[in-house]
Amino acid sequence: APGSMSRASREVKKVSGELFTLTYGSLVAQLIKDYEDVAEVNKQLEKMGHSIGVRLIDDFLAHTSTGRCQSFPETVDILCKVGFKMFLGVTPAVANWSPDNKECSIILDDNPLTTFVELPDHQSDLLYSNIICGVLRGALSMIQMRCEATFAKDALRGDETTEIRLRLVEMMEDEAPPSDD
Amino acid sequence: SMIFNFYLFDRKGTCLYFCEWRAKPGAKPPSAAAREADIKLMYGMLYSLKGFVTRISPTPPKFGFQYYKTSSYKLNFFETLTGLKFVLTTDLNVGDISSELREIYSQIYVEHVAKNPLVNLEEPIESELFKERLDRYVRNLSFFHH
Repeated sequence: APGSMSRASREVKKVSGELFTLTYGSLVAQLIKDYEDVAEVNKQLEKMGHSIGVRLIDDFLAHTSTGRCQSFPETVDILCKVGFKMFLGVTPAVANWSPDNKECSIILDDNPLTTFVELPDHQSDLLYSNIICGVLRGALSMIQMRCEATFAKDALRGDETTEIRLRLVEMMEDEAPPSDD
Repeated sequence: SMIFNFYLFDRKGTCLYFCEWRAKPGAKPPSAAAREADIKLMYGMLYSLKGFVTRISPTPPKFGFQYYKTSSYKLNFFETLTGLKFVLTTDLNVGDISSELREIYSQIYVEHVAKNPLVNLEEPIESELFKERLDRYVRNLSFFHH
């Protein structure tokens, strides 16, 4: 029966957290080898994250039956409490809202991507976890929110916390059908 | 009851997939150009109708419209928050199938299209697995009759 198919394939499949962390690490290491330029590596990680985010959002929505949020703060709240939890296994805190409710900080006390990592001095500009910023930007763009996400603080680079600054640039309208001409 | 057609559009209006299970009785199959024109009209109608129901609604609508009926068919509609539009046209005896359309989204589209990193999400779906799973799912629905 069609109904039973959902339950069977909806089980959460688990992969070892260590394998995940190591796989991500070797990806970053390979990018450093290939590009030799830290700024370019940061950019590539963000781009990869973006292509993950635009796919992950449908997986997230399909499996959580989330309704439309009424505000950007509500969206960010669900993103952190449900989204981060579902895909990274951690729940970051949301803080430092700007007065217009368009900008906030996502604070990660525990970043599973960096478990085994220590930055060498000559790579202190590397945004090791920049893929997360890309995922956020990609996922939010699919629900009509054009955003910017950047690492404001990174425990890996000596800050006391890891903090992503997230800013809503604009709400995008539905695209009109192409006109006949 | 009967199921006629399936349409899937992305938020830019690209028809990602179209499939027909039962054509108009006695009608010649339309030319590719006529088919394309029909699909364009369908998207234009969905877009306008969505705008219309939102505009006319006394309170901010939680969902858009879910179906409409004419004297000869029913159009069932489900839109995701990412703007994907799933459409299934059926005859008038088919009841509420919003959960079936949701299932096509979560079990067939997400599993075989969204999660496949090698698929370009903005182009018509070529995946045989997607086509086959959709066809099997629809044929197995209790209201699909041959």
